[in-house]
Amino acid sequence: MRIGIDVGGTNTDAVLMDGMAVKSWHKSPTTPDVSTGIMNALRTVMEEGGAAPSDISAVMIGTTHFTNAVVERKRLLEVAAVRLGLPATKGLPPMVDWPPDLGQALGYHRYLVHGGHEFDGREIAPLNEAELRAACKDMVAKGVRAAAITSVFSPVNSGMEDRAAEIIAEEVPGVALSLSHQIGRVGFLERENATVMNACLADLAAKVVQSFKDALGTLKIEAPFYISQNDGTLMTAEYVEKYPVLTFASGPTNSMRGAALLANAKEAMVVDIGGTTSDVGMLIHGFPRESSVAVEIGGVRTNFRMPDVLAFGLGGGSIVRDEGSRIGPDSVGYELTERALVFGGDVLTTTDIAVAAGLADIGDRSKVAHLSAGLIETAITTMHRMVDEAVDKMKTSAEPLPVILVGGGSILMSRDLPSASEIIKPDHASVANAIGAAIAQVGGEVDRVFSLEGLGRDKALAQAKDEASEKAIGAGARPETVQVVDIEEVPLAYLPSSATRIRVKAVGDLEMSA
Amino acid sequence: MRTIGLADLDDLCRGAAILGTGGGGDPYIGGLLAADAMRAHGPVTLLSLEETPDDALVIAVGGMGAPTVTIEKIPNGDDYVWALEALERQLGRNADAVIPFEAGGMNSTIPLKVAAERGIPVVDGDGMGRAFPELQMETFNVYGVPAAPMAVVNEWGDSVIIEAHDAKMVEWLARGVTIRMGGHSAIAEYAMDGATARRVAVPGTLGLTVSVGRWIREARETHEDVFDALIKGFADTHYQHARILYSGKLTDVSRRTARGFAVGQARIEGLGAWSGEMLIEFQNENLVAYHDGVLRAIVPDLICILDSETAEAITTERLRYGQRVTVLGVSVPDIMRTSEALDVFGPAAFGLQERFRPIEALT
Repeated sequence: MRIGIDVGGTNTDAVLMDGMAVKSWHKSPTTPDVSTGIMNALRTVMEEGGAAPSDISAVMIGTTHFTNAVVERKRLLEVAAVRLGLPATKGLPPMVDWPPDLGQALGYHRYLVHGGHEFDGREIAPLNEAELRAACKDMVAKGVRAAAITSVFSPVNSGMEDRAAEIIAEEVPGVALSLSHQIGRVGFLERENATVMNACLADLAAKVVQSFKDALGTLKIEAPFYISQNDGTLMTAEYVEKYPVLTFASGPTNSMRGAALLANAKEAMVVDIGGTTSDVGMLIHGFPRESSVAVEIGGVRTNFRMPDVLAFGLGGGSIVRDEGSRIGPDSVGYELTERALVFGGDVLTTTDIAVAAGLADIGDRSKVAHLSAGLIETAITTMHRMVDEAVDKMKTSAEPLPVILVGGGSILMSRDLPSASEIIKPDHASVANAIGAAIAQVGGEVDRVFSLEGLGRDKALAQAKDEASEKAIGAGARPETVQVVDIEEVPLAYLPSSATRIRVKAVGDLEMSA
Repeated sequence: MRTIGLADLDDLCRGAAILGTGGGGDPYIGGLLAADAMRAHGPVTLLSLEETPDDALVIAVGGMGAPTVTIEKIPNGDDYVWALEALERQLGRNADAVIPFEAGGMNSTIPLKVAAERGIPVVDGDGMGRAFPELQMETFNVYGVPAAPMAVVNEWGDSVIIEAHDAKMVEWLARGVTIRMGGHSAIAEYAMDGATARRVAVPGTLGLTVSVGRWIREARETHEDVFDALIKGFADTHYQHARILYSGKLTDVSRRTARGFAVGQARIEGLGAWSGEMLIEFQNENLVAYHDGVLRAIVPDLICILDSETAEAITTERLRYGQRVTVLGVSVPDIMRTSEALDVFGPAAFGLQERFRPIEALT
């Protein structure tokens, strides 16, 4: 059996799963020390599910710790941003476009060194080791203990980053190193940004991983644990200690993956209806479709894989106006239990409509008995139209797809939607993200520029697929379950046809000993 | 005379992306480079073509190569001034002003950087009135200014001076050098005097990119319809006719490489009041748009695929299934629609069978 945990800012959710079946689940407030909340959640689901510590084969954790640390500018290390690329790249130094408060928190330690590669694998310049060693002396003098290494076109050739890491490790004892080719893809500034953010989280990563280990140790769970990353795949604890930045935005991904399992659908739309807003996303091969625009985290531009999610103003607390023809976008939010009619308040909300229509039994039904049938009908029609439009906007073809409803607000939906082939309201929908963490797979990705000259397109694609699959297996996937889930080719514009950027992602089920 | 300063750069980049009509590269990096130069040297004087003295030496500067390379191999930054200096050495005379050769995408920003660093003005105009894929596709070339001599420089300051019998050969040779330089180079070309610039340049395009970005920003700030604001804004300029060609959801993007260009098609399925399907063919830039088989706009008129919510331009390499887009068509000034101009960058120059028809005639 495995356990999935989602440590959010508000709640810590846990589920115990036997294969793909939910044995028990628990939702409790997140505690300030985190590990107490995790232990409570673990203990409860194991007791209720009748599982002993030895029955647990793996624990998967989704966490917002690292995102929050960057957003709040707290618990961050000063970082040496080491860039290999001179004489190119001099025009825009590291952290050039960062919010100044975050740059200052990290100390603005910038070191530009000769090195880097061209798109076709040639060197821009040989790695200048003397320059790098001089930079290291400066780091030691300034007491900088974390370094981010980013080399031009390292997704094509990572050799210089690896060599620079050896040198820095020699010269700066105990330094925590982050290498850009392990973190990001083509797109230098965004990859460098992510690498620098990763480096500043090194201490926090060690602490958080230790607190997870302590929580499991206290409960005598000896199973390995994993942490979910932004693309819905898992990382080992050792990997998270090195690459905490990859946990950014894992929440929405887990929620959508959890919905996919609960509804047993791989191609579907997911609508997560909360108290104030709803999120719609699309599942392709059981994974969320990714956003194609640059994503800012804490004011810093990155190119992480993030689910493409559309938020719109419909939730269980949305305010109903104009005889039901206008709903939201404002909501009574967490004050629902004071301000909604069914709770004795004076604001007409979508929850009141659901109660009046007999879709839900919440609060005091007599308080909504006066609502006219016409108003109720109009409001219900409006809500369904809002969801239908949002689903339709996010779909990639006119073909109807199953729509999975999760979240507390899913009680509002009672009818078919023109955009949906069917409506699925699964059990356990309120802990979909913990379930998503529990079932996460492991993945491998290749994203680099291939020179097709001589190699040929088919061979280049085959090579990219093999590399991605090997990376997935290296990350812990069972080889027979590994499959390529995404291929994207972008020829380099304004250059002869030999150069093409190829992105391949492969995923597989986690190898488990028990 | 006016200036362009730090406060204008966000608007300029947003507008330059729209005039890029899908190509020209993301102005983000160029905008950061120009900002860096303006922080050090202050704002740049923008000379209208009328204000440019007859005998002033005006040189076009910018970057050449693949945007996909530039986003990874960030420019040295000094290389653009080096390119200008290399050409000046060749000519035996210093530039009095620089001019963009391309108003769309990253190349609208580079002359601002060079002008700031050299303390010279930038001329408000350019040679494309938008983005085009090749260096002979210039009104400068159409109306008789030689592209050569041209300087091509890399991040080391290595330089090549190209002399050639016509602009197409200049483009061909420079492209080869640029590949050897790693897929991106800094270039200076089309040296001319002020009187000539007044005759051959598409006027006012730098100021226009700032305006386009400003219309969008202000419409968003006041919660007006962004597309209405764009259409009204263009109506008061020499670009004049702007209209929404279509609005919907991207349902298919196919790409292949031909002759070194990203060639492909995007299909958009109507949403709301729009029925049927729009097909857009592109070669780095958007070339032609059909609605259910009926021609709606064709190069050199602008076909801009914009995000339906924000009106931000989406470059061809960023087109993805499922995006909600609105296609804006804009007519180009007369200087870009003469038969000489259409010979150089009209439909036939891109291998299209269709003849040019002005967007305002296609309803």
